[in-house]
Amino acid sequence: MSAKTITADAPVRFYDLDEHAHPEGHSTMLGFWIYLMSDCLIFAILFACYAVLGGSYAAGPSPKDLFDLKLIALNTAMLLFSSITYGFAVLQMQRGKVKGVQIWLAITGLFGLAFLGIELYEFHHLIEIGAGPQRSAFLSSFFTLVGTHGLHVTFGIVWLVTLMVQLSKRGLIAANKRRVMCLSMFWHFLDVVWIGVFTFVYLMGVLR
Amino acid sequence: MTIPHPAPETGPILGKLSMEALPLHEPILVATFIGVVLGGIAVLGLITKFRLWGYLWKDWFTTVDHKRIGIMYMILGLVMFLRGFADAIMMRLQQAMAFGGSEGYLTPHHYDQVFTAHGVIMIFFVAMPFITGLMNYVVPLQIGARDVSFPFLNNFSFWMTTAGAVLTMISLFVGEYAQTGWLAYPPLSGIAYSPNVGVDYYIWGLQIAGVGTTLSGINLIVTILKLRAPGMGLMKMPVFTWTSLCANILIVASFPILTATLVLLSLDRYVGTNFFTNDLGGSPMMYVNLIWIWGHPEVYILVLPLFGVFSEVTSTFSGKKLFGYTSMVYATICITILSYLVWLHHFFTMGSGASVNSFFGITTMVISIPTGAKLFNWLFTMYRGRIRFELPMMWTIAFMLTFVIGGMTGVLLAVPPADFVLHNSLFLIAHFHNVIIGGVLFGLFAAINYWWPKAFGYKLDVFWGKISFWCWVVGFWVAFTPLYILGLMGVTRRMRVFDDPSLQIWFVIAGIGALIVAAGIGAMLVQFAVSIWRRKELRDTTGGDPWDGRTLEWATSSPPPDYNFAFTPVIHDLDAWYDMKSRGHQRPTAGFRDIHMPSNTGTGMILSGFCLVMGFALVWHIWWLVALSFAATIVGAIYHTFNYKRDFDIPAATVTAVEDARTRQLAGA
Amino acid sequence: MSHDPHAAHGHHEIEMPHASMRDYVIGFVLSVILTAIPFWLVMTMPLSPGVTGAVIMGFAVVQIVVHMVFFLHMTPKAEGGWSLTSLVFTIIVVVIMLAGSLWVMHHLNTNMMPMPHEPTSQVTGQVP
Repeated sequence: MSAKTITADAPVRFYDLDEHAHPEGHSTMLGFWIYLMSDCLIFAILFACYAVLGGSYAAGPSPKDLFDLKLIALNTAMLLFSSITYGFAVLQMQRGKVKGVQIWLAITGLFGLAFLGIELYEFHHLIEIGAGPQRSAFLSSFFTLVGTHGLHVTFGIVWLVTLMVQLSKRGLIAANKRRVMCLSMFWHFLDVVWIGVFTFVYLMGVLR
Repeated sequence: MTIPHPAPETGPILGKLSMEALPLHEPILVATFIGVVLGGIAVLGLITKFRLWGYLWKDWFTTVDHKRIGIMYMILGLVMFLRGFADAIMMRLQQAMAFGGSEGYLTPHHYDQVFTAHGVIMIFFVAMPFITGLMNYVVPLQIGARDVSFPFLNNFSFWMTTAGAVLTMISLFVGEYAQTGWLAYPPLSGIAYSPNVGVDYYIWGLQIAGVGTTLSGINLIVTILKLRAPGMGLMKMPVFTWTSLCANILIVASFPILTATLVLLSLDRYVGTNFFTNDLGGSPMMYVNLIWIWGHPEVYILVLPLFGVFSEVTSTFSGKKLFGYTSMVYATICITILSYLVWLHHFFTMGSGASVNSFFGITTMVISIPTGAKLFNWLFTMYRGRIRFELPMMWTIAFMLTFVIGGMTGVLLAVPPADFVLHNSLFLIAHFHNVIIGGVLFGLFAAINYWWPKAFGYKLDVFWGKISFWCWVVGFWVAFTPLYILGLMGVTRRMRVFDDPSLQIWFVIAGIGALIVAAGIGAMLVQFAVSIWRRKELRDTTGGDPWDGRTLEWATSSPPPDYNFAFTPVIHDLDAWYDMKSRGHQRPTAGFRDIHMPSNTGTGMILSGFCLVMGFALVWHIWWLVALSFAATIVGAIYHTFNYKRDFDIPAATVTAVEDARTRQLAGA
Repeated sequence: MSHDPHAAHGHHEIEMPHASMRDYVIGFVLSVILTAIPFWLVMTMPLSPGVTGAVIMGFAVVQIVVHMVFFLHMTPKAEGGWSLTSLVFTIIVVVIMLAGSLWVMHHLNTNMMPMPHEPTSQVTGQVP
C-alpha cells in the first residue's frame, strides 16, 4: 500500500471516517496457502529422510525388487484425472451451478478413492511379502512418505464429502465458495507432492 | 546395559496404566502433589465462592479477542515459569551437594527427568507462550486492526498450547517424564532404551502444543500482511511488528520440521520403524540433523520479537525516533534467512569433518553481524536522546550488557576447534542461558513493564520492580559466571555427581546466584500483587499514553475497548501515533457506526480437551480411547464448520457510549 | 449498516483466481505428457541411468510449474504478490534443508560409519 503525498494545503486525514470493512473471509485464501507451505515443509522432511535413508536396505528388498511401475502409473493417472475433474467443479462454481459442482466433486472423490484403494493394495502386498515398514530404514521412509501423502488424500476426501453436504444445505454462498477454493488448493497441492513421490521414490528408486 | 524401569504390562482397557504409575515412593513428588491439590482446591474454591465460573467461561475461556488471548498466554507462561524454575533450583541444589561421596538427594532416574523437563518447559511452555502472548496483544493494535485474521483459530491455538502444557504437567504425577534431555536424541529416546512412557509424554505434549504454535504463526503472518491500516506500507510498520512478522515466518517455516521429526521418532517407538535405530539401516545422526534444522530457527523465534521490544522501548524512553529503521528491517530479514544456514554448529563434534564444519562455523559468525548492527542502532538512538530510566529502559540496558557477552561466547563457540573442547560443557550451558535470559527474559520483563499499563490501565509498582531487577541482574551473573569457569575447566553438562572436590565452591556460588534470582522472581510476583492492590493510585491518568509513546497502541484507551479503534486510523509516517500527536490530530467524537466483530466460541477449548485425552491415551497405549478421542476431535471440528453464524455487530450506540466515556476521560486528563 | 452478519460489508466480494477451461485442459495435457515420458523412459531404459535420472527430475520440475500455473492459478499478482513470495521462500528453505541434509549426512556417514571393506576413514587415516 502506498502513502498519500500530503500537500501543504490539504487537510491531513488521520481517521478513516468512511470505513469499508474488509470483506468477509478476505484473509482465508492467503492463510490457507501459507498453511500449505507449512505442509510442504513436512513433506520436505519426509523426502529428506527418503533421500538419506532410502539406500539403506539392511540386506532386504530394494526398490527394484518391490515397485510395480505399471501400478504406479495407474495410480498417478487416477490422481491426475481427479485434478482435472476438480477443475471442472470449480468451473461449474464460477457459473453458479450447484448441481454441476456436486457432480464433479463426486467424480473427483471417486478417483481419489481409486487412488487410495490401489495404494492400500500395494501396501498390503508389500507387508504380506515381508517388506513392511519395520524391515529397513528404506522401507520405513517409503511407507511414511507415501503413507503421509495417502493420509492427506484421505483427509481431502473427508473434507470433500463434508463440503458436498454443506453445498446441498446452503448452496454457493460466499463461505462455501471459499471452501471450494481452499479444497482446490489442497487437492492440487497433493498432486504436486505426488509428482515428487512418483519421480523420486518410484522412478529414481528403480534407477538407483 | 541395564534398563532401570522396564515397560509396564499392557491390558486392553487401561493400556499400560496401573497403580504402579503413581510415584507414591517418591516423597518429593508426593509432597508436590499435595501442594498442587491444596492450591488447586483453594483456587477452584475461590472461583466458585465468588461465582466467577460464568464470567470466566463467557469472557475469557471462549474469547476470540486477541487482547484476552494474549493475557491468557502470559498467565500460562508465568505459571509454567514457576515450574521450570523449581526444576532449576532442584538442579542447583543437587549439583552443589553431590561431592565427596554424597549422592545428593536426587536419584539418576529423577535428576534426568528434572533437567529434561526444565529445558522443555522453559522453551516450549514459558518462552513460546510469553512471546506469543506479547505478539497477540500488541501487533493488531500496532497495525490499527480490530483483531487478528483468524480469531477462532487464535483461541484454538491457545488451548492447544495449554493442553500440551497440561499433558506435560500430568507426567509429574502419573508415570514419569523423559530422561533424555530436552531434545530427546535417539537411540536413548527410542523404544529400546526408553521403554517407559516418559518420552511419549514428551512427544505428544510437544506435538499438541506444536499445532497451536504453527496455526498461531500462520494467523499472525496473514494478520500483518492483510489487516494493516490504510497508509501503513511495510516500511511504515513499527519495528516490533516487523520482528513479529519475521518470527512468525520462522515459526511456520520451522515447526513443521519438529512435527515431522517427532512423528518419525514416534513411529520408531510405536510401530517399530527404523528411522533412528542402531540397526536395520537407521541413523540416529539423521535425527540430530533434523531436530537442529528446527532448533536453530527456534532460538531466533524466541529472540526476534524481543529485539522488536527493545527498539520500541529505546526510542520511546530516549524520546527520539529509532536510528536506522531501514537497516533494522534488513538486519531482521537477514537474520531470518541466515538462521537456516547455521544449524550444524549444534553438533560440530558429531564428525562431519573439516569442510562441513568450516562452512557452518563461518555462517554462524556471519549471523552475529546483523545483531551487532541492531545493537549499534539502539545505541545511536540513545545518543543525544533524553533518556528516562523507567523500568522498561532499565531492563533494556541490562539486556544490552548481558546479551552482548552471551553473544560473544556464542561467536567463540562458533569456532569449531574451540567447540570441540567446549561442546556439552557447562560453558555451553552458560552461553545459552546468557543469551536466553539476557535477551528473551530481560526483554519479556521490559515488555511486561512497558505494556502492562496498556492492558490494565495502571502502571506496575516501581519499587518492587527495581528490587526484582537488581536481584535478577546480580543473581544471573552470580549463577552463571561459575558455569563459564567450570566449563572452561572441562566440566560436562547434565552431571549429577562429581568426584573432584575443588569444583564444589563454584557450584555453591551458582546455587547462591539461583537463590538471588529466586528473590527476584519473588519480588516480581510481589510487584504484580502490590500493583493490583494499589491500582487506583497507579492509575494511568493520561488516557492511554503513559509513556508518551510513538506507535498506534498508545492511541487507544487503557485498556482498549473490545473493538480497539472506533475508526481505523490512516497512516502517513513511521511512528504513526507520534506523527498524529505532533500534527494535531483530532480524535473523532461523533458519527460512530456499527462495528463487525467475531463471536466467542467454546469449540477451541473442547477440541483441545479431546486432543489432551488423545495424547494421554497415546502415552498409555489405551487404544480404544485413542480412537474415540480422535473421532471426537474430527467430528467436533467438522461440526464446527457447519456453524456459519460466527460474528455479530457492536451497535453504534454502544460504540458511542464507550467513546463518549473516553472523551470525558481525556478532557479530565 | 446491514445487520445481516453474513453479507459482505465491503463493496466487493473477495477476489478469487479466475479459472478457465482452457487453462485446465492445457495443464492436463501437459501433465499427461510430462508423466508418460518419464515412466516410459524408466520402463524401457533407452538412456543410461544417470541421464535418465536427470531427465525425469527435470520433467518433474517442469510439471510442478505446470500445476502451479494452470491448476493453482499462480501468478505474481495473486494475493498482492504474497502467494508467490511465500512459495519462493518455502522453496529456498526446502532446497537448503534437502541439500544441506544430504551434504551433512554424506560426510557424517563417510567419517562415522566406515564399512569393514573400506580402507580408511577420512579423518584419522587409520584402518578401522
